[in-house]
Amino acid sequence: MAASKKNGSQTVWFENPPVIISTASVVGPMEGEGPLGKTFDKVFNDTYCGEETWEKAEQRLMLDAMKKALQKANLQENDIDFMLAGDLLNQIISANFTARALSIPFIGLYGACSTMYESMALGSMLIDGGFAERVLVGASSHYSTAERQFRFPTELGVQRPMTAQWTVTGAGAAVLAGRGSGPVITHATIGKVIDMGQGDPQDMGAAMAPAAADTIARHFQDTGRTCDYYDLIFTGDLGSYGKKLAEQLLKQKGYDISERFTDCGILIYSGAQDVHAGGSGCGCSAVVTCGYLIERLKAGRYKRLLGIGTGALMSPCSVQQGETIPGIGHGVVIEAR
Amino acid sequence: MVFFWAFVVGGALCVIGQLLMDLTSYKFTSAHVLVTFVTAGAVISALGLYQPLVKLAGAGATVPLTGFGHLLAQGAINGVKENGILGAFSGGVASAAAGITAAVVFGYLAALAFKPRG
Repeated sequence: MAASKKNGSQTVWFENPPVIISTASVVGPMEGEGPLGKTFDKVFNDTYCGEETWEKAEQRLMLDAMKKALQKANLQENDIDFMLAGDLLNQIISANFTARALSIPFIGLYGACSTMYESMALGSMLIDGGFAERVLVGASSHYSTAERQFRFPTELGVQRPMTAQWTVTGAGAAVLAGRGSGPVITHATIGKVIDMGQGDPQDMGAAMAPAAADTIARHFQDTGRTCDYYDLIFTGDLGSYGKKLAEQLLKQKGYDISERFTDCGILIYSGAQDVHAGGSGCGCSAVVTCGYLIERLKAGRYKRLLGIGTGALMSPCSVQQGETIPGIGHGVVIEAR
Repeated sequence: MVFFWAFVVGGALCVIGQLLMDLTSYKFTSAHVLVTFVTAGAVISALGLYQPLVKLAGAGATVPLTGFGHLLAQGAINGVKENGILGAFSGGVASAAAGITAAVVFGYLAALAFKPRG
């Protein structure tokens, strides 16, 4: 027997759509100077965020975002049933150590840069399934911690090709609840891991684009909708090259979404900031969604959004051993109510 | 005139390195350029072709990584002349000792002055 809340092969729908009752975003200096600077709740003017190390700075970003989201909803830590969070660092230390500071039952997630959307999808399932009334979700990334772990020491001054993206220093958090006022999550489309054989860690947009395109096409098939249903379809961090590739792949599948398609990695920085292909990292889709996009939903500029959190699922070790980079895309439908 | 040749030769060596990075697969990283340059410098030096370049361009030929390979090769050759076959193992590093020690000392000083955390 098919599951009662599942549409097609990959999409779930929510009977009582969980409400995003509050969101918060905290970012570093470069993101604050970008075109979306005013939409963030807090901007640190230093990448250390008052801490001794960049890893601690990333925890500071996530903790501040989580606390701000709770404060905006007038909630205490013990009002939350579960916290779902993740980040890019080994053993997801940013999320683990943030959960250490908050006394909330915690489920750690790793979906690389798709983690914010993975956490929203799972949080919504917990709520609509009757397992939780309120869930705190979030994700973070930091340019300097990600460079250290995934690429080269920054002191080496390795040249960045034009396809390279800039890891966002920032964290986003949201409180999902069974009832309340705010935008609602109506559907989630869980992505498959797809690897088309792209192996260049300096071109992750191209590695993730096939997975994003697959999830978008699958979402349309599962729901019977077309792109006209949505005011905006956006991906997490494909960057300018990955976005073009995803558009082309969708055209081949018969979906032309180019008129209402954008990418958080393209929105967050301006061309003058010299980040090459755009922003990336868990923090990219997290802060753009929790700041700018939710703000526009609440302002009535958008009514129906389809967001695809995109992740590149490699590790430094897999890259060194010559493995290609598998990608994933998780879709979440957010509608104004 | 030595400044002109230093600019031309040093610049040309760097252009070769840049082209190697830009025109090859992403799998050929800056670390591969480093190793290739040092090895190439040592081979060219052993063939006796690097010393004329140093004469012509001075620091333009000794400062790039190929110059380090040249130093290692010449050190090994001189080591063999002075100490026999064992000198091939000790001579290279002995001739590069000043450069290696300078890297350690100045690296240490920089680490004291800045946050070496990247």
